[in-house]
Amino acid sequence: MSFVNKSASELSAMLASKEISSVEITQAQLDNIDRLNPKINSYLTVTHEIALAQAKEVDELRAKGEKLSALAGVPIAVKDNLTTIGIETTAGSKILKGWIPPYNATVVQKILANRMPILGKTNMDEFAMGSSTENSAYGPSLNPWDLKRTPGGSGGGSSSAVASMQAAIAIGSDTGGSIRFPAAVTGTVGVKPTYGAVSRYGLIALGSSLDQIGPVARNVMDAAMLQDAISGPDAMDATSLPESLGSMTEAAKNDSVKGLKIGIIKELTGEGFQAGVSERFQEALDLLVASGAEIVEVSCPSFQYAIAAYYLIQPAEASSNLARFDSVRFGLRVMPEGAATVEKVMAATREEGFGPEVKRRIILGTYALSSGYYDAYYGSAQKVRTLIQADLAKAFEKANVLVSPTAPTTAFLLGEKQEDPLAMYLNDIATIPANLAGVPGMSLPVGLAKEDNLPVGAQFLAPAREDARLYKVGAVLEKLLENKWSKKMMDFAPELRVN
Amino acid sequence: MSEITPELVRHLAGLARIEVTDAEVAQFASQLALIVDSVATVKAAVNDDIKATSHPIPMANVFREDVVRPSLTQAEALSGAAESESGRFKVSAILDAD
Repeated sequence: MSFVNKSASELSAMLASKEISSVEITQAQLDNIDRLNPKINSYLTVTHEIALAQAKEVDELRAKGEKLSALAGVPIAVKDNLTTIGIETTAGSKILKGWIPPYNATVVQKILANRMPILGKTNMDEFAMGSSTENSAYGPSLNPWDLKRTPGGSGGGSSSAVASMQAAIAIGSDTGGSIRFPAAVTGTVGVKPTYGAVSRYGLIALGSSLDQIGPVARNVMDAAMLQDAISGPDAMDATSLPESLGSMTEAAKNDSVKGLKIGIIKELTGEGFQAGVSERFQEALDLLVASGAEIVEVSCPSFQYAIAAYYLIQPAEASSNLARFDSVRFGLRVMPEGAATVEKVMAATREEGFGPEVKRRIILGTYALSSGYYDAYYGSAQKVRTLIQADLAKAFEKANVLVSPTAPTTAFLLGEKQEDPLAMYLNDIATIPANLAGVPGMSLPVGLAKEDNLPVGAQFLAPAREDARLYKVGAVLEKLLENKWSKKMMDFAPELRVN
Repeated sequence: MSEITPELVRHLAGLARIEVTDAEVAQFASQLALIVDSVATVKAAVNDDIKATSHPIPMANVFREDVVRPSLTQAEALSGAAESESGRFKVSAILDAD
């Protein structure tokens, strides 16, 4: 077909050799969005004019012989919780409907500096609270592999866009798995870099000590190129790492796992995991072993407390972060009847503007932080964080990278877990520890589960600042699997029938 | 048993400046009770000897040079406000009339 099936690295090479122009690619991409988005709802906003103007500009610079970055001219989708000058930014919430930010997130600034046309803003669970996009105020995104199922969340807009060729690459954000879980259930690659590797400035904050921005892509090299393009220290984010983590693009060129020690996390395998998920996971490990990797078993006993600790820390941080939506400086204002005080205006606005999951978490967070409960809840959760870091440190003494399935199951049906917050939270059992500990994680597609023909993801974890290890092992496993299948993961995807 | 009563939900919602309907109070009370019950495991998992971690990668005193740099104009800063007047954000009365 057209260019829309090409990966970002392929497009980058075709642009460099002037085989195609950015305007041609961008137009083809927009056409595909216009065709698919009304059904799949990956994008909340599509920025036709902006994308084409940016594409034209980069084509002109290339024609002039200007030195351009590797991804220059490759169009990209951006999650709607990153601020963009002149482009509506809602974070999936009604409270921000119509908000046009007056500043760019640092990541957006870097995308513009890399001259990547922005296709639009992708759908997400409201303020990134959720694992299915069903908490978006603008309706859920659908999974391109089966339109009755969720593309994961919170970044289901980005994952479904990349999986349905509505973008080659996209930006996501990951607080408890919001990049990696959607990647796993849509057959895409998603990476949560080390905490602080990518600036959070301009990311509408959920849990400030957990949030991290990262790449969503259809292969490891694309993810690596995008991580390189968006990382680096930033004076606007005091938690951004001062040092460079090296080139992920170089790491993704790795072709050997000989002698690599891979630790299987005992607590994240076996019971509670769908049979087809476990089967594909084991098959991937066997391929790595056959190529010279060594498997060791590691134990992280504190992981059993991770979800509970996370659902204290994250709502606590969210309840303070979301206090900024006060009807004063931006967003919705609802005037109650009669002579209302500012306090009543705030309460009426927040009642009208926030969805149920957001209210639930703000109330839970307020509880966890309230006097008398602070030590027992928030304080204890922070201690669990220490235990998890210690478990991981010990595991990394035995192994270079750790591995588990990314999620216990394949994509679930829309509506299936909507009424049961606890069941919904369990999807994140394998992804949450990385956020609590600040270490990097990658979800890589490892095939389809036998029982439902839906994508399965394997998750690799590395020590903090060692993101390159993920790309090294990911690149090799991806190649091993493609050789075994004699095709790419996305070649398994069913043809999308819309209308 | 959990201590999340409808009265507590109302109180917390008040602190968080969220009006809640009776239906929401009932729903949140039962859902939050479940969650709070499950996090009781957290309390049991730790003791006084374990240090708390507030930040995954500790950093302290991150400063930048104290120099003037470009920032939002007043008009830009006010551009998202529901109401503004004379270059300021405008809100309803802070105090109740009665």
